[in-house]
Amino acid sequence: MLITTPNLTRPDESYARLIATHEGLSEAESHALNARLILILMNHIGDEAVLAEAILLARDPSAV
Amino acid sequence: MKHDIPERYTLAFRLYPYAKSPDQDATTPVRHKAVVVGGGPIGLATALDLGRRGVPVVLLDDHEGAGLGSRALCFAKRTLEICDRLGAAKPMLAKGVQWNLGKVFHDDRLLYEFNLLPEGGHAFPAFINLQQPWFEKFLHDAIVAAQAEGAPIELRGKNRVDAVTPAADHVALDVMTPDGPYKVEAEWLIACDGARSPLRNMLGLGFDGRVFEDNFLIADVKMKADFPTERWFWFEPHFKSGDSALLHKQPDDIWRIDFQLGWNIDRAKELEPARIRARVDAMLGPDVDYELDWCSIYTFQCRRMERFRHGRVLFAGDSAHQVSPFGARGANSGVQDVDNLAWKLALVVEGVAPERLLDSYDAERVHGAEENILNSTRATDFITPKTPVSKMFRNAVLALAGSLPFARTVVNSGRLSLPCTYDGSVLNGADHPAMPARTRPGSPCPDAPLDRGWLLSRLGRGFTLMGIGLEVPKAMAGHGVALEGLSLAPTPELVARYLGGAERAVYLIRPDQHVAARWDHLDEAAVAAALARAIGKE
Repeated sequence: MLITTPNLTRPDESYARLIATHEGLSEAESHALNARLILILMNHIGDEAVLAEAILLARDPSAV
Repeated sequence: MKHDIPERYTLAFRLYPYAKSPDQDATTPVRHKAVVVGGGPIGLATALDLGRRGVPVVLLDDHEGAGLGSRALCFAKRTLEICDRLGAAKPMLAKGVQWNLGKVFHDDRLLYEFNLLPEGGHAFPAFINLQQPWFEKFLHDAIVAAQAEGAPIELRGKNRVDAVTPAADHVALDVMTPDGPYKVEAEWLIACDGARSPLRNMLGLGFDGRVFEDNFLIADVKMKADFPTERWFWFEPHFKSGDSALLHKQPDDIWRIDFQLGWNIDRAKELEPARIRARVDAMLGPDVDYELDWCSIYTFQCRRMERFRHGRVLFAGDSAHQVSPFGARGANSGVQDVDNLAWKLALVVEGVAPERLLDSYDAERVHGAEENILNSTRATDFITPKTPVSKMFRNAVLALAGSLPFARTVVNSGRLSLPCTYDGSVLNGADHPAMPARTRPGSPCPDAPLDRGWLLSRLGRGFTLMGIGLEVPKAMAGHGVALEGLSLAPTPELVARYLGGAERAVYLIRPDQHVAARWDHLDEAAVAAALARAIGKE
């Protein structure tokens, strides 16, 4: 089951790191990085049912 | 008066020259038990399987043998097992190129290698590469051998079906020959006349699906090269001969090269030998001597008929379903159609099984076609991404695949053909929870070495009752069907593939070597009930 309650150990640091890693990249490079990051995180999650929930939620954030 | 039956392609082997049949002079049309239309691999295999099962069968083909060009190339282990049951596999294995290793490249980087070699203890390799005309020739050789042993198979070359008229108890055909037209009737008609199926069109039946907007160039080249016997696949190759490229070895020093050309191309121009040579040169380098053996540009579609059975007409192979070539699921799935259909039709023709058994051919092979279309569509979407964002994710996967093994599981240059398991089929009977999932009802039996020979060579003449770790009767009968008993002592392979956590097992196995039901003890009443179910009597 997808965790939608707060779960980040250090929310501000993680978000800042995400933004910082895109510094100096072109838009195309940033998109490619995001794609790689999504794939890496998908593998970490692994569970197809959880991924399906996350993908649905991303498409329609009101569908919690 | 002589009539011309024009050849749509050049023959590699003239196998069944036209000869006038007595049917052509008959005053009323002669009615046959089964008529197969089409002399490709699926038509030949259908005639062979039916004939070996004792069903009188006539095959009509508008050509006199196997067409030139390699077309189908990769024949999978399950196909070889089926061909072995049909007495055709040994020369295929001797002539074909066996391969297990594949390499995947992106640009000029080797991303990874994979090995398709299955676990040990199988009679046949994962794949062989063999040009389609040879596959057809070996099936024809097996037909000739079967005929010599009395199998009622008749092949009629230069017999073109021009009209088909279904009736309640037969199908009437108008056939054109060099000696003019004649009429013939079939109790059952099997349409194996390919993706453009004239029979399907004459019957006004649909063939819907998805067209892929891409062109692929096949260049089969003859060269003495020391490339290893492996499947090499490039995404966005550095030599720029296409958006993707494939190199694969065939017998007789022929190599299959496949280039993805894109959608908006000038077909005639791309087929000019100089242009093809420029692409091949860029790929192989300037110092490699080769000659072009056979070239073709193809587009492809993933589609199927809604139903494969239309009364007394049964569609098999490309006439019923079509996939992209990635995954070798065309001819291999057609051979599985034959495997599924022949025993059922034989039991119906003998009057042992009700006609509705043939509806399970439709259900089981539609299921197989869906699986193949799904796999083939996914591979095609990965190889030829349809949107910028799809291409971005594809290339992200490739960027990770070199160093991260998880990403290799997503790379899809074709999920290579595996036999279909008929989960949920109405023919399936009891399952046992302690036994392995791979041999659940509906599964094709995995092979295993026995004291002498191989397990699969003991299965498939009719229904088999297989006991492992217990004795089953040598012969039983039920519902008009003979049941051959096979009692085996457990071996490590049989334990791993058939027993799992069970101490002993009884398997009811269909004539196509698929599991019908299984138990951990012998209960003859339960076996008889499962047998009734497996022949559509329940």
